[in-house]
Amino acid sequence: MTTKLFGAPVQRREDPRLVTGNGRYLDDLGQGALAAAFVRSPFAHARILDIDVTAAIEIPGVVAIYTHEDLDGRTGERLPLLIPHPSLTNPMTAYCLAREVVKHVGEAVVMVVATDRYVAEDACERIKVDYEQLPVVVGLEASRAAGKLVHAEAPGNVSAHMVQEVGDTAAAIAAAPHRMTLSLQIERSASMPMEGKGVYARWDSAEQSIRMYSSTQTSTGVRAAVAAKLGMALVKVECIAPDVGGGFGVKILHPWPEEVLIPWAARRLDAEVKWVEDRREHFISSAHERAQLQDVEVGFDDVGRVLGLSVTFWHDNGAYTPYGIIVPIITSTQLLGPYKLGAYRVEFFSMYTNTVMVTPYRGAGRPQGVYAMERTMDAIADYLGLDRTDVRSANFIQVADMPYDHGLLFQDGRPLIYDSGDFPASLAKLKALVGWDDFSAYRAKAELAGRKVGLGIGCYVEGTGVGPYEGGHIQIETSGRVNVSTGLTSQGQGHQTVFAQIVADELGVPIDDVFVTTGDTRRFAYAVGTFASRAAVMSGNAIALAARNVREKALRIAGEALEVDPGDLEIVDGIVRVKGDYESSIALATVAVLSNPLRYAFDESAKAATQFVGTGNADLSRPPVAEGDEPGLEGKDYYSPPRATFANGMHAAIVETDPETAEITILRYCVVHDCGRMINPMIVEGQVHGGVAQGVGGALYERMVYDEAGQLLNASFMDFLMPYATEVPHIETDHLETPSPLNPLGIKGAGEAGTIPVSAVIASAIEDAEGFPITSMPISPDELWNLRRQHAEGIIPDLRRGSRSVGTTTETAQTAPPAPTNPPAPTAPIV
Amino acid sequence: MKPSAFVHHAPCSVDEAIAILAEVGHDAKVLAGGQSLIPILNMRLSAPGHLVDINRIGGLDAVEVTPDGVHIGALVRHAQLERHVGAFAHLPLLRQALVNVAHPVIRNRGTTVGSIAHADPSGEMPAVLALTEGYVDVDSSRGTRRVSAADFFLGPLESCLEEDEMATRASFGRFPAGTGTAFAESTRRHGDYALAGVAAAVMVDDGLITSARVSFVSVTPTPGVLDLGQLFAGIAPEDCDWAGAAELAREHVDPDSDIHASAEYRRMLVGVLTARVLAEAAGNATANTAATAGASVNTSGPGV
Amino acid sequence: MGEMTQRDLTQSDLTQAEAEPLLEITLRVNGVMHSASAPARRLLSDFLRHDLRLTGTHVGCEHGVCGACTVLMDGTPMRSCLMFAVTAQDHEITTVEGLAGSVDGTGPLAMSPVQQAFIECHGLQCGFCTPGFLTTITAYLHENSEPTEAEAREAISGNLCRCTGYQNIVRSVLRAAEISRERGVGA
Repeated sequence: MTTKLFGAPVQRREDPRLVTGNGRYLDDLGQGALAAAFVRSPFAHARILDIDVTAAIEIPGVVAIYTHEDLDGRTGERLPLLIPHPSLTNPMTAYCLAREVVKHVGEAVVMVVATDRYVAEDACERIKVDYEQLPVVVGLEASRAAGKLVHAEAPGNVSAHMVQEVGDTAAAIAAAPHRMTLSLQIERSASMPMEGKGVYARWDSAEQSIRMYSSTQTSTGVRAAVAAKLGMALVKVECIAPDVGGGFGVKILHPWPEEVLIPWAARRLDAEVKWVEDRREHFISSAHERAQLQDVEVGFDDVGRVLGLSVTFWHDNGAYTPYGIIVPIITSTQLLGPYKLGAYRVEFFSMYTNTVMVTPYRGAGRPQGVYAMERTMDAIADYLGLDRTDVRSANFIQVADMPYDHGLLFQDGRPLIYDSGDFPASLAKLKALVGWDDFSAYRAKAELAGRKVGLGIGCYVEGTGVGPYEGGHIQIETSGRVNVSTGLTSQGQGHQTVFAQIVADELGVPIDDVFVTTGDTRRFAYAVGTFASRAAVMSGNAIALAARNVREKALRIAGEALEVDPGDLEIVDGIVRVKGDYESSIALATVAVLSNPLRYAFDESAKAATQFVGTGNADLSRPPVAEGDEPGLEGKDYYSPPRATFANGMHAAIVETDPETAEITILRYCVVHDCGRMINPMIVEGQVHGGVAQGVGGALYERMVYDEAGQLLNASFMDFLMPYATEVPHIETDHLETPSPLNPLGIKGAGEAGTIPVSAVIASAIEDAEGFPITSMPISPDELWNLRRQHAEGIIPDLRRGSRSVGTTTETAQTAPPAPTNPPAPTAPIV
Repeated sequence: MKPSAFVHHAPCSVDEAIAILAEVGHDAKVLAGGQSLIPILNMRLSAPGHLVDINRIGGLDAVEVTPDGVHIGALVRHAQLERHVGAFAHLPLLRQALVNVAHPVIRNRGTTVGSIAHADPSGEMPAVLALTEGYVDVDSSRGTRRVSAADFFLGPLESCLEEDEMATRASFGRFPAGTGTAFAESTRRHGDYALAGVAAAVMVDDGLITSARVSFVSVTPTPGVLDLGQLFAGIAPEDCDWAGAAELAREHVDPDSDIHASAEYRRMLVGVLTARVLAEAAGNATANTAATAGASVNTSGPGV
Repeated sequence: MGEMTQRDLTQSDLTQAEAEPLLEITLRVNGVMHSASAPARRLLSDFLRHDLRLTGTHVGCEHGVCGACTVLMDGTPMRSCLMFAVTAQDHEITTVEGLAGSVDGTGPLAMSPVQQAFIECHGLQCGFCTPGFLTTITAYLHENSEPTEAEAREAISGNLCRCTGYQNIVRSVLRAAEISRERGVGA
């Protein structure tokens, strides 16, 4: 059987276990552990005056209660600043348990450890904390105004201020034939995985070591941080990421306070301790993302080419900055998208507010950047009366321009150089898929029926596979079983399948013999983590390289055993055989036996490797393990790219807005996606679907609502509106593959693609339906209805093209009968 | 999010239940479906010392259809009532409204009487009770009393139930022959609480409207009925200008603003929905020319 | 704040008078009787997961919205986070662990049509929400064995998934109906 698995929609090896209820997520482990719960601040900014735990101690089942004063050694210090940056001049991180002051609702103040979570929550309720409330800063406008400060150490509430410029933007804009400014706004959302965070730790007092499990995107990161904070040798701490119920970025930050406190308590109490975050905790004490205010100034020519683009934005980073300013840096750089601009200047202020901190959420700043760029492209097209795709095409980087150096530094500190991509081809595919050129006719028909429909578009480029590295290790056992490990983690991306596909192809073994372990520091200790759409690129390539190492060794040993040149050998279905002479063969399992000269015969296959049973012409002058060689059939390698590899995509959507109620329905959603070669197209498509769903949520439903006192008003699934199946449209996808020239497998990342342009696309479509600009997202029917009223009153101008129907006569909709409640079926067949 | 501790009582009869309530009612909640109560307990927004779990009481799960209405016991689940063929035949409005109550899985457990007793202004069934001029039977150790829909709801989340009382039965009145009904609500997501909802009952006799009444969801503190008869009496449905009703409805309601929608937007929705459901109800009335106790065809049922 | 002494206590005495009373709760789950002691306030979701160690049912929100905790009670899907174990006692509970067609002592578990469909259609990614979908869809297909695509989407619209965007779950519903027909069995 020689069917290639790379590129095949192989069914997932994870699934049989998961669909039968045999997953092992964090809370499935440690059934006998003590349970932790936290008293969290009810105020957004307050001084802690007193903590009285006397009523709580009496509760049967309470084992321990801790405040900051109990935290010894480095656990009492602030949590680390993971990613420093010269522009991050006023960073601030939290303490594991608040010390003297709290800076957002939800900050942990007291930790209770009890026999179970019910009892722990009882105890938390009885703990009385006296606070003195302090002035609260909520929202970017209040933060900018800086009437009150979140941190005295951060004047003006600014944590970071950064400018990047290529060319003389002011001059370019001034000299341009046309100029325009836009003010844009995006609101906060959050990753919101279905499983919250969780930590489970076991202290081994005989070994003086910790084994901990965390629902994390980086077990190596957590391990290192915990060892540092607990003052332990790295070798005494192991961290395993079990099955993880979604991450989407929120689980890349480390160490969370609980990731330090739970192992600390386990050691302190010489017990197993577990903490499982509940939903309310997740809302008020993990992380959010997306909120920005953006001012754009652009100068362009008669065909819409951007001659100068100047963007200033304010980024809400919440109360603390442990992840640094990665998100606004990504906004700054990925804003450029598939375009080559004349001159570009981007300036941002990262601002403190007394709210939950901001760390990456799928897209990690790209959605905001794409939003700014794509709204600008639409505005230019409107200004000039040109087709929106023609304006974009005029600005595209062409295939001949690749590799294209923007002259900026990307989030990995390396030059922003696009390696490959065919933007005109992607656009052509998208236009064909959505029927771009037929839309005017469709709209005219809809308007006759009294319906309002609009078509929107958004393009993006995504830097994926950022370094510094990932590694892969492969070991073939004497049974023929192939063990594969890599240090990064999995949260549903199908790594146990896609990495097995790579190994099965590279080695020539049945995929059922391949077993992949991720995220376990005991199995692979050097890794960075799963984020930034990097896992397939980084670990996929490392594992491929490791597989090639093993294959080479296997062929060498087999060649000696069969007395043929390794170059004449191939491996098929786990059998090493001479090409064209299948009689001459040896099982890979046997090669594994031969690779490890033994003194003792443990079993039948071991017998074959013992010292008196050599291969035919064993050279007795040579040592059993040759110099420079190692026993066993293993291979390890790392992949460390010089820079990121750039995927891209374009989305289009057709929306309908109800003329009376302003309810918004997505009639069609189309995606053209290029992530280079795809290891498993089924999994890639699944990633796109999931990303689009989160994008739709962020465009039409999800928004974190804080009141002026810093209370999160919608800290539950009842009021934070994540889309159900009825809110997510059917997604039509088409693919392009421009292989990456930067890595051996030619692949690019795909994890975030679906999410990145959706707010821009939906805004573009609604604007097209309504005939006036949409500058603030997300948008609800109420908000759209209000904008309509403002537009009717002249407060909001028309789009310059006036009538929504470009090139047709107007005034068709007003006298038509009311729209039916259910829009007619969309033009594309539903698959 | 775990609830506080409580003493669990599992009475096997109404008498047992009300005896318990007589003793500890001041610090107790009645547990039937729990779909509204248990989230509240899990979030510790309420911490009653006692829970009177009535799920073991026999005889409370009956749906009774009589000439004057549809009567349901306290353990009738929404789903059960939604699917009840006889109830649908006699009072299609029940199913028309029920399919909007949360999600099917919630309806499998939640009870209609419980939802009425909860008196949430966003509840659909209180509005139906009001429009059908129904009533609730309330039991306590002091006896049984019957409370009309008009008197049952005192305010948002506040019913007339005393601490020692339990609602054991709700009765929805039956509309006269020739009545068509409809229900519509607007939500942010499928299955969410309504931003605004309207139930309508329109009676048509000999091709002319004789009665037109509506009640509301989410936009009044308690469910009430707006009688639009004077606008449409004696007019044929096809000649009605429902926009007038929309105006009256908008004036009648008193919506609040919250993070999902402003009061003004809800008010606008009320107008739009009122016009829609009146037209639909009138259409259904015309279709239901045969007004016997047999199954009537109602074109605005679910899935149509 | 005064001088806070360390409150590092050893296990408190659990006197009957002070500790919360425990009930002996007996529940039939997946055809097997189970018993465990738990307080009255123990949610069914926690009882299944921790008292009975059946961890297939997951907890995503504890306020009834996400549906990850959905189990079948007498064949009808209900949120186990919105029930107390003590209330569920009189009923037959089916969890995701009980959906498989048959358990072969020596070989692999046979998948039910719904489980098989999810595998074929890539209906899960992280798998956390999946048990709630599987139980819900299993019950749904008993009621409606030939759903349209729109009906399938509506049927799953009470469960949240953050990974898949639902499209492959809709396909899984339709494929499960097909597999049931192929096998000549129910879902």
